[in-house]
Amino acid sequence: MKITVCIGSSCHIKGSRQVVEELQRLISENNVGDKVELSGTFCMGRCQEGVCVTVEDKFYSVKPETVKEFFEQNVLSGLDL
Amino acid sequence: MRKFDTKVQHLKYKVLREVARLAWKDELLENILEIPKTIVPGNTPTMRCCVYKERAILTDRVKIAMGGDASNPNIIEVIETACDECPMGGYDVTNSCRGCLAHRCEDVCKRGALYFDHNHVAHIDKSKCIDCGACAKVCPYGAIVNRKRPCENACKIKAIYMKENKAAAIDNNKCIQCGACVYQCPFGAITDKSYILDVIDIIKKSDNNKNYKVYAVVAPSISSQFTYAKLGQVISGLKALGFHTVVEAALGADMVADAESRELAEKGFLTSSCCPAFVSYIEKSFPDLVPFVSHNLSPMATIAKYLKDKDASCKVVFIGPCTAKKAEVQKESVKPYVDIAMTFEELQALFDSKDLDITTLPEGYLDNASYFGRIFARCGGLSDAVAQGLKEHGEEDFVLKAISCDGIEECKKALMRKNKNVLDANFIEGMACVGGCIGGAGCLTHGEKNKAEVDKYGREALEKTITDAISLLK
Repeated sequence: MKITVCIGSSCHIKGSRQVVEELQRLISENNVGDKVELSGTFCMGRCQEGVCVTVEDKFYSVKPETVKEFFEQNVLSGLDL
Repeated sequence: MRKFDTKVQHLKYKVLREVARLAWKDELLENILEIPKTIVPGNTPTMRCCVYKERAILTDRVKIAMGGDASNPNIIEVIETACDECPMGGYDVTNSCRGCLAHRCEDVCKRGALYFDHNHVAHIDKSKCIDCGACAKVCPYGAIVNRKRPCENACKIKAIYMKENKAAAIDNNKCIQCGACVYQCPFGAITDKSYILDVIDIIKKSDNNKNYKVYAVVAPSISSQFTYAKLGQVISGLKALGFHTVVEAALGADMVADAESRELAEKGFLTSSCCPAFVSYIEKSFPDLVPFVSHNLSPMATIAKYLKDKDASCKVVFIGPCTAKKAEVQKESVKPYVDIAMTFEELQALFDSKDLDITTLPEGYLDNASYFGRIFARCGGLSDAVAQGLKEHGEEDFVLKAISCDGIEECKKALMRKNKNVLDANFIEGMACVGGCIGGAGCLTHGEKNKAEVDKYGREALEKTITDAISLLK
């Protein structure tokens, strides 16, 4: 599963670094590092909805404080565990 | 508000703007011959002897705005028709000499080059004079002047010479393409080739970033430019021009500071590799020191490489204060990453070619790099960043002894000392332009406050350390 987080300036200001760090933590906590690929990109063109995140090309708007919820609902649930 | 320092820059800008205006509309070829007339209408000359000469020179300027002479590998080109063949020949006595009794000039001259005519007026015997300037300093009337061409004076590495027809010429074996002569020539007779047509082509063919994405990588010195608008508005302006997004070259600088501090601790001595004119100077004039040049790509190339690694089809345009960057992007080691380099001057022309008034735009964002990446734009910043990098890597045992060379003359001194093994430093930060990148030839303005603006912009960075800024890029 591929998760891409926008690290462009607008999302950066909204906390994309915190989002990435939280995702890294959750991935290792749940031992799914071999199933999830986390990467960054500069600007997805939807700056108003940042922090912009895509999971397998599906778009999500995530805030640093909603990362855990997002991860459980959209990442963990989609994984064949 | 005034956008440029000089009328020469303004003229160059007008040519670029008109070329770009036609290029956006695909009407350049049909109308190319009309551009000089658009810029110099009517019959009253404002710059030269007649409008015909003005237009003839403008024709040459149009050529350079379209890429210039492809057979000349140098980015910097002399427009011979524009060269006023300024007087030269060193120290000379002017008619301000009053034929005084003191003859301080004669007394101070160690070569006996001063002689006096029957009116007691001083003259200089050119066969004896060594151009030391001592006589000029002591003359109470300031009657002795140094007739040195501004271009020659600007070129501290002596790459400019006079051709038989008295026009200025550039020795490509010496020239490091820093652009000092471009900024200093009062007639605008030396100028940097422009590749804005390629920029326009890339943007148009991307079809609003659908076919591929076009990234603008901007140098941190942008914070001291476009002072009539807010930086965020410049970012919005770039997007309005058709760039997908804008990325800080300063983030590349953070990556460089991280890698360079490791390399320094490992090797024990380095010279910086960020300034392409400085690197070119070492290659051309101090070949023995080439092994000491940091193996890191420049910040521009480093961040561009990151972008291309993520998205191989994307295009990267660098926008900065630098003419030498235009040469750097042609290097085999950089070519795969940066498609085109352009200057702030050219960016202003592109904005206006589309009648984009950036002061009316909302403010976009530009924030990824740390304070340390951003202060690369001014002399001393790189050394500070490397010191910080060493600290963040826990290399506290390594004692950094950096020498920040402000301008190519300072670089020359440090490199000569290193060549003789008498330099008391283990890191040379070389900046070809005085002040660092903020003194670059492609800047719109070169103000006193620019350094403070860069530092202010640095302090505004969300990320306070190099490690934080680059943590996302791993």
